[in-house]
Amino acid sequence: MSVIVFTVILLLGSYFAGLLGSLTGLGGGFVIIPLLTLLLHVDIHYAIGASLVSVIATSSGSAAAYVKEGITNIRLGMFLEIATTAGAFTGAIIAIYIPTQFIAILFGLILIFSAIISLRPKAEQIAHRQTWLSKKLKLNGSYPVNDHMVEYGVSNIAGGFFMMIFAGIISGLLGIGSGALKVIAMDGIMRIPFKVSTTTSNFMIGATAAASAVVYLQRGYIHPGLAMPVVIGVLLGAISGSKILVNATSSTSLRWIFAVVITFVAVQMIYNGIAGKI
Amino acid sequence: MGLQGKYNPPNPLKGEHKAKNSPFRGLRGFKDKDMQVIIGWILRAGVTISMLIVFIGGIFFIYRHGGSIPDYHVFKGVPWFIHNTNGIINATLNFKGQAIIQLGIILLIATPVIRVAFSAIGFIIEKDYLYTAITLIVLLIIVGSMLSGHAG
Repeated sequence: MSVIVFTVILLLGSYFAGLLGSLTGLGGGFVIIPLLTLLLHVDIHYAIGASLVSVIATSSGSAAAYVKEGITNIRLGMFLEIATTAGAFTGAIIAIYIPTQFIAILFGLILIFSAIISLRPKAEQIAHRQTWLSKKLKLNGSYPVNDHMVEYGVSNIAGGFFMMIFAGIISGLLGIGSGALKVIAMDGIMRIPFKVSTTTSNFMIGATAAASAVVYLQRGYIHPGLAMPVVIGVLLGAISGSKILVNATSSTSLRWIFAVVITFVAVQMIYNGIAGKI
Repeated sequence: MGLQGKYNPPNPLKGEHKAKNSPFRGLRGFKDKDMQVIIGWILRAGVTISMLIVFIGGIFFIYRHGGSIPDYHVFKGVPWFIHNTNGIINATLNFKGQAIIQLGIILLIATPVIRVAFSAIGFIIEKDYLYTAITLIVLLIIVGSMLSGHAG
């Protein structure tokens, strides 16, 4: 396979990865890494590097729009970025020293876990109560719903903070945005409204990924020949996805299809990891 | 947790109704809005410019190497001429595609870091010293990660 054929395949594959990632809310990395490692037999370190770069592009691109709408809680994002960047740095260091097959197995497990999370029916529980700490840290906020502002509080900040350290480690280790874990921390533990938690988590992904990308860049994990088609493809796919989402009313069936595919891919990653083929 | 689902209004006995930093940020005035606009602009500009550079580099790369056989199966790091910043700049001036791509990618990685740096400036202007400190800690972690000596 010549460079030009390889690049075109990767561009198309990345476009679909970005599209699926955006439609399901799981992010493009979930498709990119198996595509590169299982189908194109690329070394997993290169795959993680390319995926990480695409994560920065998509999250920064969509965060730009959300931040202007005033939904993103910037203070909450900044505060939790202490946890995610520290975690991401730790994850990048771990990735250097553990065998690649463990990375593949962990990737498969996180993949299955995220698919389950994305299927679980979500009940929104907003914390209206404001704790001492959330006031001290100025984390409570408000966001626009149908032309009026809805106020919310933030509960269990310590629990959310620790979950974010874990999300950061996974992000740095596997080169994904780990959106599913961030959503658990924000929706489940801190009881933040969905709209705020998804946009704020998205806002944080860029800085989190940058903290591990600086290590990966210096280690030579980010190869321009791979990163170029991946980042362009994923970004264009994510843009298309966001345009489709505006028109679509429900994506439940799509989520199910994606969950089945994801589980199949995850099993492949785990199998290849155990067999030492990755 | 028993109070969840109920909305507790600011307690006047504790002076919450006139607190300078009202917990409800939507009412907090103009400056946060300003920061949102600037942050949004930085992110959009950073992604657009870096993607443009990556695309241009991609054209040069494919023009020169389109026919060769890629090998990413075994990890070998990146080509020698893009190992460090000086190398990337020199090779970019010689229109080497991979160096131009790498330059775009470095700018892309820098985009959220620049966003963090500008937030710190924003919080200083707002005289929010708690968040100036928090933002500087985040910046310090990223810079620390860059200089951590794990460059290989």
